Amino acid sequence: MTANPAQQHTDSSRSGSTVVEITGLRKSFGPVEVLTNITTSIRQGDVVCVIGPSGSGKSTLLRCVNLLEQPSGGSILIEGIEVTDPDCDIDEVRSRMGMVFQQFNLFAHLTVLSNCTIAQQVVLKRGKAEAEKVALVNLAKVGLADRSGAFPAQLSGGQQQRVAIARALSMDPELMLFDEPTSALDPELVGDVLAVMRRLASEGMTMMVVTHEMAFAREVADRVIFMDGGVIVEEGHPDDVIGNPQHNRTRTFLKRVLDPTHVDSEGDSGESDARRRIKDAEVAAHAQPAVHDDTEGHGS
Amino acid sequence: MTSPAATAGRVRRTSPRKRAQRIRWIQYGILVAVLIAIIAVADFPQIQKVFFRTDMIRDTLTQGLGTALLNTIIYSVGAFVLGLVLGTVLALMRLSSVGPYRWLAGIYIEFFRGLPTIVVLMAFGLLPLAFPGLQIPFGIYGTVWTALGIVAAAYMSETIRAGIQAVPKGQVEAARSLGMPTGPTTRKIVLPQAFRIIMPPLTNELILVVKDSSLAYIIGLSATSFDLTKYGRDLANTNANLTPLVIAGLCYLLITLPLTFLVRRMERKTAKAR
Repeated sequence: MTANPAQQHTDSSRSGSTVVEITGLRKSFGPVEVLTNITTSIRQGDVVCVIGPSGSGKSTLLRCVNLLEQPSGGSILIEGIEVTDPDCDIDEVRSRMGMVFQQFNLFAHLTVLSNCTIAQQVVLKRGKAEAEKVALVNLAKVGLADRSGAFPAQLSGGQQQRVAIARALSMDPELMLFDEPTSALDPELVGDVLAVMRRLASEGMTMMVVTHEMAFAREVADRVIFMDGGVIVEEGHPDDVIGNPQHNRTRTFLKRVLDPTHVDSEGDSGESDARRRIKDAEVAAHAQPAVHDDTEGHGS
Repeated sequence: MTSPAATAGRVRRTSPRKRAQRIRWIQYGILVAVLIAIIAVADFPQIQKVFFRTDMIRDTLTQGLGTALLNTIIYSVGAFVLGLVLGTVLALMRLSSVGPYRWLAGIYIEFFRGLPTIVVLMAFGLLPLAFPGLQIPFGIYGTVWTALGIVAAAYMSETIRAGIQAVPKGQVEAARSLGMPTGPTTRKIVLPQAFRIIMPPLTNELILVVKDSSLAYIIGLSATSFDLTKYGRDLANTNANLTPLVIAGLCYLLITLPLTFLVRRMERKTAKAR
């Protein structure tokens, strides 16, 4: 408990320098414009969750950040380096950004350990011993140090995704990109991956997460970006964007995600909002007695 | 004896399983009949004299079969390695973003796939005559390697290209997202997985190269560079007896069967890494 405020303090003091600066980003696939004039930035230590319906362009936005997709216009600055500039050494910039994919994309022909060491050796020119040491530290972090000799096909989806996180972390990235990291997982395996991501966030890692896990976004994110139709519709603190959305499109989306059995009909959005506010109030009320008990304990 | 009508009724009543069983018995019956016929008709002493003459077997084994077997292996392995390297280059050219590379590779592949191997071998055998002073390194061996390798490359490149394309795109994206440049990504991530995928068809190619090495005689071999077929054929001709060819044929199986077995084992071992 005592450590918490201190940690919060370092976190807030660290979020100063801008890691990612996106200005007027456009991306089209042929005649279809997938991203339209996206402008946003991520500061160091920020956890930014990008939410939105499928096809809204959120994955494309993430993939533009490390240039897996070539933007059609606008600029992306990573720590002040313009990555869309043809003179930019994109491999160098990428080596400082970790990326975690929906389909894990572990190297199927390599062991878990080699998955985590190969890029260290090729890109960072680390020796085998050093690379393995770093890899094992990160594998331990995701709870899989004992599976270092296994091949990806021998692991469950959740384990594979944790290895993928360890692989990215082994490059000592300054920024982690997550592209729907839990969407391909069986429901019971999602928790382990989210736990690893939660720990990363608490350690101050700068993270950009495309996700459908609203509870995770609400709990971990410093900022939530809601996208629809290739534009940022709403952006802000999770309590505002998820808890009290201002735009109709956000409300409709959240209603669908949070209550899949819900059938849309005109006029009940207000009621649903009211219900949610009541729920929030209830949560707050539940939190109250705990504090109260604590103070009572002190008193007696 | 039952009346025809009753028999028809019984046939109609026979269950499909019983019918299948009866057909199976008939098939066994035919097999046994054919075997008995062959044994009855065959002139075993004559067969033995033509195909398995004991003194010919001894002669074949002692007059340089080992060298011929070794030569066949040397011809095949060299041609296969050359074909593999050249085939990989061609496959990468086929997938290149540079248009002329794609076209060149395409022309090469169509050209050498369309030519009989024996024609290519003849051409390479005559090259030093056509260009005086031209020396193909490693002499006869180099000539056979180049000719067979060039043809094998045309076939293999298509297989290798299919293998490269079968590696999921996410593998490349993952490697690139870690900062790995294109070259190392291809060498360390894509190709190893591609070759794992195409191991069975590649084994096929190797066996084809082993058999194609029997065409080496066309460039005129000296006794020390005889391959199995040439060796067996010469002995068969001089003795008017097929035993040496039978032995040579068995030697091909001696090469290809362990190969098939080995690859199957390797496949099983790497199956978990897929």
